[in-house]
Amino acid sequence: MSDVDTGGGDDHGKKGKKRAKKNSTKIDMTPMVDLAFLLLTFFMLTTTFSKPNAMEINMPLKDPTITPPKIAESTVMTIILSDKNKIYYYYGITDPKVEQTNFGPDGIRKVLLKRNKTVIDAVEKIRKEFEPKIEAATEEKDEKAIEKEMKVAMNKIKGDKNSTMVLIKTDDMAKYKNVVDILDEMAICTIGKYALVDILPVEIEMINNLK
Amino acid sequence: MPRSSPSLDMTPMVDLAFLLVTFFMLTTQFRADEPVIVDMPSSIAEIKIPEIDVMTITVDDKGQVFFNIDGKETRAKVLAKMGEKYKVNFTPDEIKRFSIITSFGMPITELKNYLPKKELERKALYDVIQIAGKKGIPYDSLNNQLSDWILQSRYANPKFRIAIKGDGNSPYPTVKKVIEILQKNKVNKFNLITGMETGAAPAAK
Repeated sequence: MSDVDTGGGDDHGKKGKKRAKKNSTKIDMTPMVDLAFLLLTFFMLTTTFSKPNAMEINMPLKDPTITPPKIAESTVMTIILSDKNKIYYYYGITDPKVEQTNFGPDGIRKVLLKRNKTVIDAVEKIRKEFEPKIEAATEEKDEKAIEKEMKVAMNKIKGDKNSTMVLIKTDDMAKYKNVVDILDEMAICTIGKYALVDILPVEIEMINNLK
Repeated sequence: MPRSSPSLDMTPMVDLAFLLVTFFMLTTQFRADEPVIVDMPSSIAEIKIPEIDVMTITVDDKGQVFFNIDGKETRAKVLAKMGEKYKVNFTPDEIKRFSIITSFGMPITELKNYLPKKELERKALYDVIQIAGKKGIPYDSLNNQLSDWILQSRYANPKFRIAIKGDGNSPYPTVKKVIEILQKNKVNKFNLITGMETGAAPAAK
């Protein structure tokens, strides 16, 4: 290698100078590395990776000519959100027995899971039925089609007329977070039918009596 | 015995550093400067908000409403229409400035003072109108500017998807009012922007 001299031809011939030249091919990279890391830190700190997620809400059309669908009283469950993250709930419409709970792990989720057990089991059964099929699918197109089929089957069960219909009501002290949380619980507990409804004066009275 | 050199080969490290720099430079998207910081509630929702054609209605913890739409040309068009409607004359320069800012929350008359100002003065103006009780876009039934902003924006770009970005501690009646305004504008499908369900959301103050 020492024979190869690619540099300017002025210095060759003397051994000592040749060695010095070899050393000079190394440049001090420290400032460059400093800069690289500075930029790296800057971009790492300013970048926003996770785009926020969003839940989709479909409100019913506000049209007085459309009559809302009839629901059996036995399937109705009313949830009222109030201040300090409190939840009041009751079943049915006539003669309500209002109970109080919260957003904790033993709170509303337990109630909903118990109430919605048949639907959850049925949906889970469909999932178990379809999952091997989705895995067996070789083409992405087929996979999508089967997934769609599964969703249709699930929605049929969720929208069944005997499944629970949850009415979500809020009083004036409720926070936005509570509403998002309860909508989230609906998704977790596979409740297909729910609606955000205005609170009735009777219900305000009922929860005030409990406080 | 040769003296071992104290310097070591940094090349792989530098390679890696540059690789990461390149990666972050290409993927980064700068966080838009917003007039309020909202602490969004978390959810398990997995739908992503699209990058373009989004109308964001922000509700902060005091129940003040802020409005944002994307698209420079759309913004200019909407501001011109709103100026016409509320008889506020915006100069071409102000319209240009409006088209590059992000979220704003003030009555349209204040917007006239806000737009010519520089970055720092804008922040100061927000403090002034906060004290005057004029922060946020008016949305009551007597002076429903929010409704007009939504209407004009949808005229300008019918493809807008509407997202509500609420602070977890904002009073729900305000959000409900916003939803009612949306429904009056025949918007029955919209998104609620939430954070990720990681438990990393800062605790409520």
